[in-house]
Amino acid sequence: MSRSLILGAVLSSLVLLAALISFVWTPYDHAALDIPAKLQPPNAQHWFGTDHFGRDMFSMIMVGARTSIAVALVAVGIGMALGVPLGLTAAARKGSWLDEVIMRGNDLVFAFPSLVIAILITAVFGAGAINAIIAIGIFNIPVFARITRGAALSLWEREFILAARVSGKGAARISAEHILPNVANLLIVQGTIQFSLGILAEAGLSYVGLGAQPPTPSWGRMLADAQTMVSFAPHLALIPGLAIIVTVLGLNLLGDGLRDWLDPRIRVARA
Amino acid sequence: MTKQMFRTFGSILALSASVLATQALAKSDITIAMQLEPPHLDPTSAAAQAIDSVVYTNVFEGLTRFMGDGSVVPGLAESWEISDDGTVYTFKLRDGVTFHDGTTMDAEDVKFSLDRAMAEDSANAQKALFAGIESVVAVDPTTVKVTLSEPNGNFLFNMAWGDAVIVASDSIDDIKTNPVGTGAFTFGEWVQGDSITLNRNPDYWGDQPALETATFKFISDPTAAFAAMMAEDVDVFDNFPAPENLPQFEADPRFQVLVGSTEGETILSTNNKQAPFDDILVRQALAHAIDRQAIIDGAMFGYGTPIGTHFAPHHPAYVDLTGQSAYDPEKAKSLLAEAGLADGFETTLHLPPPSYARRGGEIIAAQLAEVGITAEIINVEWAQWLESVFKGKDFGLTIVSHTEPMDIGIYARPDYYFQYESSDFQALMELLNTTTDPDERTRLMGEAQRLISSDYVNGYLFQLAKLGVAKAGVQGLWQNAPTAAIDLTAISWAE
Repeated sequence: MSRSLILGAVLSSLVLLAALISFVWTPYDHAALDIPAKLQPPNAQHWFGTDHFGRDMFSMIMVGARTSIAVALVAVGIGMALGVPLGLTAAARKGSWLDEVIMRGNDLVFAFPSLVIAILITAVFGAGAINAIIAIGIFNIPVFARITRGAALSLWEREFILAARVSGKGAARISAEHILPNVANLLIVQGTIQFSLGILAEAGLSYVGLGAQPPTPSWGRMLADAQTMVSFAPHLALIPGLAIIVTVLGLNLLGDGLRDWLDPRIRVARA
Repeated sequence: MTKQMFRTFGSILALSASVLATQALAKSDITIAMQLEPPHLDPTSAAAQAIDSVVYTNVFEGLTRFMGDGSVVPGLAESWEISDDGTVYTFKLRDGVTFHDGTTMDAEDVKFSLDRAMAEDSANAQKALFAGIESVVAVDPTTVKVTLSEPNGNFLFNMAWGDAVIVASDSIDDIKTNPVGTGAFTFGEWVQGDSITLNRNPDYWGDQPALETATFKFISDPTAAFAAMMAEDVDVFDNFPAPENLPQFEADPRFQVLVGSTEGETILSTNNKQAPFDDILVRQALAHAIDRQAIIDGAMFGYGTPIGTHFAPHHPAYVDLTGQSAYDPEKAKSLLAEAGLADGFETTLHLPPPSYARRGGEIIAAQLAEVGITAEIINVEWAQWLESVFKGKDFGLTIVSHTEPMDIGIYARPDYYFQYESSDFQALMELLNTTTDPDERTRLMGEAQRLISSDYVNGYLFQLAKLGVAKAGVQGLWQNAPTAAIDLTAISWAE
């Protein structure tokens, strides 16, 4: 196992752990205001300090991790659930009108800057976590469709697929039984990368006020709230900023490490 | 040394002296930042405060005008006489006043302006100011007789509003983009989305102002506001949007901070016709669930004065009723139980963009949660707020600052967005409007304040502070805001 895989796994599970623990325990109630105790720098009582309402930043970061992970996870889930079947279908019907429709549709979605359209969607349908999930999810569909189709196309040329066809299996069954397991590695790696991009997108949407609404804590909104106070309470911006960096870095390292680890060609070369 | 050389030397000396002299002269231009850009420049056809901030007393003048301390002094009317029964006002206009296009300002213009404002199809945002006017007669070019249907102790005050300025019939068609008034400054240029420039009017009837040009710059983002001020890109920020940054300006010798009061009663507006807020017990519970000091400290970083009714604390007739709705969550819970809502209820809390609303709303939502009320926060832009809350009345709660001076009269309008309907209050307002005796007026205003406070019409939070930031050398800025205005005629640079 590579170093980046281990480091990535450690960082990612740190964030995941924080999110999971926050369901049962946080040092303080993340929504409890304590205005006289506002803007404290990190100290023994409040490990990450307090925000402009005197809320405990550590608790907010923990619950915020939950928001980020939930939004990104469901968004990537939507992308996979719709994108992978589309990609498999396009590959199975290579060159047909169906393939054309699916892939040109992908190009259409790809042609728009994703965050701008996500802002448009949430601005039209209202701000909130659900709409943020949908907006981010839509842009994950073509990513998965394209990567699945690309990998599946080369598989369709292989002898074992030919054998399956000779034995009378239909295209749908071959896609599910033979193609999908063989592209799963790729999908896991891409899923990890998309997951980190989803976290960034959620933070971006929350930053402009279109993500999860208060009082649900969200890292992006914590950053936005901190803007005018950076000069005298830098921890307000540094801590959610670091949380985003750690998560995204962790997931990217994990994705890279997984790719190296799961790719048989690289494994052979290493051995 | 020859004579020639002496002469050359002398002229060099004279030249350098004149260069020094120009340098010693005070600056005569200023850049003033405001948060909102005016939608257009006609103060007589819109409620937008930003219009008045730019044009009031600078471009347009009324018969009377507000001073920075809130007093009302003669404007275009030099003097006036009031008939014994208080219904006929005879204004003597200043002689030799011209509009910026060169035409003379006379009694016909006053008649035109007032008739236009009170006309059936008038777009004036404050038609109530003119409601009592029966007729306006131009007696001679410098005399105007205004007859009221009944005495109105507020009439001279009403005529000082930006909505009552004198406009000319010749230039009325383009007033929104090219305002032509009588003021000490003429309209220069409007770069949409960026700035408006005003220039000194050399033909002004009064004293020439110290400033030659003034530029109003529009900076809506609080972070950008802080950066622009710190970089000295602007000389003055009329009302600084981020109270949390004020200590930094105070500590910096380059700047001065002017903390004053505005006419802005910041309230938790409650939809009095929507269940469960149609029950006075619920509204009372709401009032006791709110900790005003926490909101002032948390949202405004300590700037603001708690209020217990819809009235400005600096007004002599103000009654402190904060005790009537003191923070008492236990009492709020028992009131809710009494109203049959022991398990609380759900409502919406619409928040417009200013930080008093967005931050105040988060604090209020948390305080309401303590007594079992779930308020779903809905952040809206101003356009949305006007559409769905103010016009559509589709809201449970909202936070907004009512910045018009002496606006307790809005509670007499049952179709106003918070929909308070009380015949007692309406009768009280009618009585107040026809009363001229100052002591009696004070008593009636006190009664009106008590009535809305004990009816718990809205949650009364705090009086909005005016947080002016300016470079150290700027003089003559208004500390308080008796009306939305940036009076350029008083502003100058220290030598």
